[in-house]
Amino acid sequence: MIVAIALFVVVMGLVLLLVERAKRLPSWAVAAAFLLPTVAMILFGLVWPAIDTIRASFYDRNGQNFVGADNYVQAFTQNEFQIVLRNTAVWVVVVPIVATFIGLVYAVLVDRTRFEKFAKTLVFLPMAISMVGASIIWRFVYEYRPVLENVPAEFQPAQIGLMNQLLVWLGLEPQQFLLSPPLNSFFLIVVMIWIQAGFAMTVLSAAIKAIPDDIVEAARLDGLGGLRMFRFITVPSIRPALVVVVTTIAMGTLKVFDIVRTMTGGNFETSVVANEFYRQSFVQRNTGMGAALAVILFVLVIPIVAYNVRQLRRAEEIR
Amino acid sequence: MNRITRRRGTALVASVAGLGLLITACSGGDTPGDDDTAAGGDTDCAAFEQYGDLSGTTVSVYTSIVAPEDQPHIDSYKPFEECTGATVAYEGSKEFEAQLLVRLEAGNPPDIAYIPQPGLLQTIVGDFPDAVAPVSEAAEANVDEFYAASWKGYGTVDGTFYGAPLGANVKSFVWYSPAVFEENGYEVPTTWDELIALSDQIVADHSAEGKKPWCAGIGSGDATGWPATDWLEDLVLRTAGGDVYDQWINHEIPFNDPQIADALGEVGSILKNDEYVNGGLGDVSSIASTTFQDGGLPILTNGLCFMHRQASFYAANWPEGTDVSSDGDVFAFYLPGPDADTRPLLGGGEFVAAFADRPEVAAFQAYLTSPEWSNAKAIATPSGGWVSANSGLDPANLTSEIDQLSAELLADTEQEFRFDASDLMPAAVGAGAFWTEMTAWIANDKSDDAVLDSIEAAWP
Repeated sequence: MIVAIALFVVVMGLVLLLVERAKRLPSWAVAAAFLLPTVAMILFGLVWPAIDTIRASFYDRNGQNFVGADNYVQAFTQNEFQIVLRNTAVWVVVVPIVATFIGLVYAVLVDRTRFEKFAKTLVFLPMAISMVGASIIWRFVYEYRPVLENVPAEFQPAQIGLMNQLLVWLGLEPQQFLLSPPLNSFFLIVVMIWIQAGFAMTVLSAAIKAIPDDIVEAARLDGLGGLRMFRFITVPSIRPALVVVVTTIAMGTLKVFDIVRTMTGGNFETSVVANEFYRQSFVQRNTGMGAALAVILFVLVIPIVAYNVRQLRRAEEIR
Repeated sequence: MNRITRRRGTALVASVAGLGLLITACSGGDTPGDDDTAAGGDTDCAAFEQYGDLSGTTVSVYTSIVAPEDQPHIDSYKPFEECTGATVAYEGSKEFEAQLLVRLEAGNPPDIAYIPQPGLLQTIVGDFPDAVAPVSEAAEANVDEFYAASWKGYGTVDGTFYGAPLGANVKSFVWYSPAVFEENGYEVPTTWDELIALSDQIVADHSAEGKKPWCAGIGSGDATGWPATDWLEDLVLRTAGGDVYDQWINHEIPFNDPQIADALGEVGSILKNDEYVNGGLGDVSSIASTTFQDGGLPILTNGLCFMHRQASFYAANWPEGTDVSSDGDVFAFYLPGPDADTRPLLGGGEFVAAFADRPEVAAFQAYLTSPEWSNAKAIATPSGGWVSANSGLDPANLTSEIDQLSAELLADTEQEFRFDASDLMPAAVGAGAFWTEMTAWIANDKSDDAVLDSIEAAWP
């Protein structure tokens, strides 16, 4: 750490000094002088570890013997890893779509109403809570206490989880929400949606406000209103923003780790790739398998990042 | 223009100089604080003369033992620090198992680490052969003198002795309330059949009140499932015996051998029996969502269960002020064997590995294996919950009755002692599939065969 900072300061100092000294350097040299340290650090901190991880994924558990694609074959054929991949797929499909949808509908509904600021704050607040914090909150929401047979009321444990208390008030049995697959994964997904909907709402609300008034006016004169206004004017106008929101949330969802680790530890068939990667690498000390899972995650995220970057660039061109 | 240039230059020099200060502050810091001079003077230093003068040296210790259990450890180093002049820097972490490997990988190991699993020690020796120093001569001599040979075996990898035993615990215990047992006229069972008969008796007597004979919890964060592995290990020892147990650990028989399946079936007859569990906590699946710390509490809080199988260290989980003794609020009895004469014992412990071969590190390792340390540690732990297999430990120094019973069982040579199997198996099984599959066995009612087959498939 300290060596890295020292290196950074020394290199930047040298660059600044050189640029300062030689006034008559050609502009490409100045640009190169500033770019080189960045390129060097990207190579050292990003590219080289990536290559090293890819290399490690073809080796055995302590990185000593070459095993070819064995780790990948195992990841795609062994039952427990298939569950992990299936869960990750479900997360990446459900979270961005639902979070964006909720954010969009909410943004439209509160747009230009009297209590807009307050309503937005409510939805945006979860964004400020860390994933671990949110997971702990939601674990309490799902907390389970049994209804015991033949036990007098004064010895019955009180429900301390909101969801189960609601069920009990409705006259239903309390449930172990986090225990039975595949539904428990969806109860975890709710936490991520709760966090991300605020982000979607904020970005989309800004985009909606940027729709030129004359377009809305013209559409209204043409007789559009309500759902059709939403379908034919609002959504097409904010399409670039929608794409950015969906892809950004998808990227965040792919690497979700904190929620799963905090709430179930990956037990009860809820593990996802990032959590399994940590377990394999650090708990079970299977470096090869961990690296293979990291590479799978890496490969999955590339198309989303590429699409996101392209959309951002296109959006800028329009402006 | 010129002035601006000069100012920039000065700022640059200042920032570089400041960074230099930062670097020196970080690398050269940590001067030992001598705040224990007041306590000195009354320690008998004769036993410490062999270590020589170690003034000005520091030994760093890295462990998984965190507050509140760390203070007795820190206190137990006082005699060593006072008599030799060395300083012991203690660092505990809940992420110890993963972080130790990360530190080894980064070439930044502690001087001493307390490793709770022999399997982890094997992994470390296998993956970082040059990092671990063999146990120092003085320490090895102590271990030969004061410990049963099997303890040296657990710390030995490929014929080299790397990990000196430190603390120990007894796992084959069933916690119960002596007062409640007496009230109901129940006797502490001495055979497995008597234990089952007692469970049935409790069902017959109390199921109408919603009470169950057993309560259990296997939740433990990242390590959820380990209490269930202890159950299976205890039962393998009882239904198949120590020889099969050893073959099982060494993978000389497959994990899904019929003899292991029998033992798992026996565990299931208690843990997956709706009539037996889970007193005060719900149905069978609630075992998976209850933490092991909370698992036994209904015995005391509302009397909805009568028995809880958990290790000696569970003593620390009872609420403050609980009388843990044979005629008090709670106590533990030995989990019975097949008959009163066959009494296998399951236990665990920590091992001291050194990652530096400096004289002060060797001396400290030797101190930890000596009777002086064991007794100092026992005295430094007034509330109990600690015991060691060191034969030089004076039982009179153990304050709690459960620790005395544990020490007695550990010292009993009639007892067939076996170390926790999951701690001896490779990490992929011992800290992986064994935990997660036993959790699925309870939480999702996965079948016995499917569980054992999955664990066998995960064996590296």
